Formats: sequence, structure tokens, C-alpha cells
Amino acid sequence: MIAIKDLHKSYHMGNNSLHVLKGINFEANEGEMIAIMGSSGSGKSTFLNILGMLDEADLGSYHLDNVPIKNLNEKVAARYRNQFLGFIFQSFNLITYKSALDNVSMPLYYQGVKRSVRTEKAMHYLEKVGLADWATHLPSELSGGQKQRVAIARALASDPKVLLADEPTGALDTKTSYEVMELIQGINDEGKTILVVTHEEDIAHMCKRIVHLKDGKILDDKTVEQVRAKTPAHV
Amino acid sequence: MFNLERWEEIFETIRKNKLRTFLTGLSVASGIFILVILLGFNSGISNGVRAAFEEDATNRISIWTGVTSKEHKGLNPGRYVQLRNEDYQSLNQKYEEQIEYRTSLYSLWGGQVTYGKESGNYRIEGSDPDQQFIENETMVSGRFINKSDLDQVAKIAVIGNQIQLDLFKGEDAVGKQIKIFGINFLVVGVFSDPGGSREENRVFIPVTTAQGVFNAGDRLRSIAYTVQMSEDFDQAVALSTAMAESLESDLKARHSVAPDDRSAVRVFNTLEEAKKIYGLIDTIRAVFWFIGIGTIIAGVVGVSNIMLIVVKERTKEIGIRKAIGALPGSIIGMIMQEAIFITAIAGFIGLFAGVGLLELVAPYAETDFIKSPQVDFNTSITTVFVLIGAGALAGFIPARRAANIKPIEALRDE
Repeated sequence: MIAIKDLHKSYHMGNNSLHVLKGINFEANEGEMIAIMGSSGSGKSTFLNILGMLDEADLGSYHLDNVPIKNLNEKVAARYRNQFLGFIFQSFNLITYKSALDNVSMPLYYQGVKRSVRTEKAMHYLEKVGLADWATHLPSELSGGQKQRVAIARALASDPKVLLADEPTGALDTKTSYEVMELIQGINDEGKTILVVTHEEDIAHMCKRIVHLKDGKILDDKTVEQVRAKTPAHV
Repeated sequence: MFNLERWEEIFETIRKNKLRTFLTGLSVASGIFILVILLGFNSGISNGVRAAFEEDATNRISIWTGVTSKEHKGLNPGRYVQLRNEDYQSLNQKYEEQIEYRTSLYSLWGGQVTYGKESGNYRIEGSDPDQQFIENETMVSGRFINKSDLDQVAKIAVIGNQIQLDLFKGEDAVGKQIKIFGINFLVVGVFSDPGGSREENRVFIPVTTAQGVFNAGDRLRSIAYTVQMSEDFDQAVALSTAMAESLESDLKARHSVAPDDRSAVRVFNTLEEAKKIYGLIDTIRAVFWFIGIGTIIAGVVGVSNIMLIVVKERTKEIGIRKAIGALPGSIIGMIMQEAIFITAIAGFIGLFAGVGLLELVAPYAETDFIKSPQVDFNTSITTVFVLIGAGALAGFIPARRAANIKPIEALRDE
């Protein structure tokens, strides 16, 4: 599904050059759920941004679903993002003045899906994340966990190949975090490939594989026993 | 442009940002409002001045005389220069080619005119038949003075419409006898004048009769001509000016007046004056347009500015949209369409407010120099479309900036 070879990325600020990614080799197969861990400055966000086509690598190759991702102009990148990827952000990034339903149907709007079909699909995904009753509410009327669930529904709406989650639980308390992870695990169970960037050990262990990044290199890459995120009754 | 979804998006953003939209629109609306008012008054001034000139033929040259102010050929200053029939005839002969209409005049500023028990004081003008065309008179009934009236020194009169109203109280004046200074005249015609009632308070009688009745002999008070008009306005002005100068120097030579004596022989060239005034109107119009365009530029800069703020404000939202697959084109389209839509609506509001105000105020703003101030609808529609184009231009820079937003940076922007 994802094949990355010898990926390099540097940032230039004035005369200083910061070599963030120093040759990353990485593969992910369909249906995997991978945690990408590392301290801040390890390059994990940059890595995710390159995976998400929000940023481009200086060197190396990147294939997504056997499509080479390189020399992207804005237009192609936008189309690939829409087609292949779903994003989940730490700060949810919902459009504040649109209802939950409209937020979820937004990727479909950019795919040119007809309104009636769009609404139906968006409603389906809202039901999936358990927020069908909140469809007409604005993000400001939702709790953090609900917002993240709307964002997950939005990420799923375009039926992407890969879900990229950047610290999906970073802004949530433990209980809500577990609820969200439970939802993400459920989506993975249905076969979707998911990459989760996190620095929390417990969240990482809810994935099936953990990749450690340090100083722009992969420190280790191991398969783990997945911990199911069943919300403990006593929490 | 005709994408319904896009419109829904725009209406939604506008609904959620009412104040911002209102402020953006206000600058545009006031810009076009001011332009419309200025253009309206410009057309008012233009109409007013044109109407003032239309009272008489615009290609008229008037000649009258006064007292010499300079010593010349041994003659003392302070001498009155008297126009006579022979002056008129010799000028007629010399300028036969250039002259369109001609009249010699012997007029009195005021004279008692009586019909039955009604009487009033009116201007009495002894003139030639051509006076009808020089003064732009239209016959309401009857006829104007003719050649045989002149030859027979007929006691006939042509009266203004206002006099018919005043003295005849709605009766038809033609065929009735009136008394001027107690002398009977037969009314043969009634005229109306584009200058209105002021110009209709006049009685025309044959110049020969006037000279006889008022004991004037062969003396004249003034002479008026109109010049043959040519197709080209500037050429006509040049011809008319040349003739006016030539007339003036001929008369000065005939009456031994110093060539630089300005008070003894006066020749007024309407066409040249008209040209000056029209030139002035053009200047005023240019100034008004300049101000108007300036205001619109201010409006456009305002729109551009506010759209830039909008883009800044929506950086994150645009980043999100791009992250979930919005094409740069759709972002540009979204911002531009919003800018154009706001500009257009505000432009039309300003336009209708301006036109409405002019309609309301116009009846109270009538003076000698302002007449029916209103703005040519085509002009204003053109202006609105210019404004929309400008709105698109104003929207374009912010839209480019929006399209260039990198989602990764936008999403980091907290």
C-alpha cells in the first residue's frame, strides 16, 4: 500500500539547514494499523506530512497504492489527497461555521458528488461514528470527543485508501481518547489502513505495529500485540 | 459561476459573516452612490446650460452699440455710435454669403399693451421676418411678420403666448386689435419660446413700423445675424468668430471708432461663447468622472483589503479545504465569486440609492443652470459592470494568496 525508499527532507531557514528526515525506508500493507512514535523533533510530523502529500520530500521515492507520488503540482496533490487519504488532526480542524453533516460531506463536495448522494453518505458516516443525532449541530456545540468523531467521519467520507491521524487524541482526556481509539480500531477492523502519529505509549500500543523515529531515522519497527481500547467501566 | 453548490457555499459564508459583508459592501455602495450623484448633477448642469443656449439660435451674432471710450481721428470720447438702416444694408451686402438669417431691431424695453380692459407692460421689438428663427420662436397660431408687412409699414403685431394668456384669458388673439401706446395693432400671430414665459412676454412688430411709430427715422438699436452652420462644430465656430471680428472692424471703420475701443461697437458671438461653456461642461464632467473613479478605486481597494483580511481569517479553513481535496481553482473561484457577488450587490444598491435620491431631489434642484439632474441609465450600468470587473480584480490578489496557502502551514496556524 505504502512503499517509501530512502526519504530525505531538509528545511532551510536563512543560512541554516535542518536535516529532518535522513533516509527513511518504510512499507505498510493494506489493513495495517501503525503507530509512529518519537519525541518532538524526531521528524514524525514531517514524515506524516510527506505521506499526506502536504509536503514533498527532497530525495527518495514514495509509492501509494502503486502510484508514484512525485513532482506534484497543487492540482494533482489535491486530487490525490481527495482520492487516497483521509486526515485526522489533533485540533480536529472542522470548519467552524458548517454543521457536522456539512463538514463530513465536504470531501464529497470536492469530488463532485451530487448533493443528495453526498448528504446520504455523510449521514451514513455520522451514524457510524454515533453522531447521527448531532448532524445539524455546529462544531462549537460539540464536545472534543464528538468533534474528533466528526473529523473521523469526514476522513472516512471520501472512502480513502489510508487514514492519517496526527495525534488524534492529543487534545482529549483519557476516557475520550480511548473512545476515539476504539472507533479507529473498529475502522481498522474493517480493513482500512491507518497511520497514527502519537507520543503516548498507551495509544501506540493500541496499534498493531510501532515505528520509532529518532533524529530523522527509524530507530526500530516492531509488531506488537494490539491492546483493545475498551473503555474501562470504572474510568 | 453557475454552480449551484458554489452559490450555496457563498450564501452560507455571507450569512455567517454578516458584519464583514456589510462593511465590504458599504464602501462599494457609497462609492457608486457618490459617482451616480456627481454624474447626475453633471448632466443637470449640462442640460441646464444647453437649455439656456437653446432659448436663441446658438449660431447667433448680435451687434449693438454704445458710447465711445477713446479718442479717434480727432473725435472726442463720449460720442454715441448710432446704428442706421444703411449700416444694416451694407453689412447684408458684404456678408451675403455667410449669413443664414438676419434682422435689424428697434426695440423698447417696456411698452403699455392693452386689449379691452386688460393691459400690461411688455417688451416691444421692431424686427425683420427672420427674427422668428434667430429667436427660435414657434408659432402657436397665426403667422410671423413677413416681407410685405415691412414694405407696407403694417400695424400688425405678433405676441408671445404669455401675453395671450395674460390679456386674452384663453381667447384666440389672432385677428384681434390691441393697443400699443394707444396705437391700434392687429394681432396676426402668437408664438412660444423655448426660454419660457420670460421670453414670451414680448411683442414683435415690423421694424419699419417701429421706426415710424416711435419716431426713430432710420435709427436701429441693434442688428442680429445667424451664421451658416457647417457640419463640423469647430469649423462653424471658426467661421462665426472670423465673421464677428470682421463685422466689428467694418462697423468701427464706418463710424470712426478706434479699433481697440471695446464699448462703442459690441459684437457678441453666441457660438464662441457656447463653445467656451460646452468646453467648461466637458471639464466639469471630466473632473466629476475623475472624482467618481477615484471613489470607486477607493471602494475597490477597500474590497481588496477586506478580502485579504478574509483570506487571512480563513487561512486555516482554506488549509482544511485543501487538505481534504479542494483544487486551487475552486479556492480562487470561491474567493473571487464572493468578492464579485458582494461588489455587484452593493454596487446595485448604491446605484439605485443614487438614482432614487436624484429622482426625489431633482424637482427641488431646478435652477437656471441645473435642469433635470439624472444619470443616464446606460452610463450607470456601465459603471456597475466596471465596478464588478474591478471587484474581480480586487478579489484576484487575495484569491491568489488563498490558493497559494500551503495546507501544512495553514493547519499549523493556530
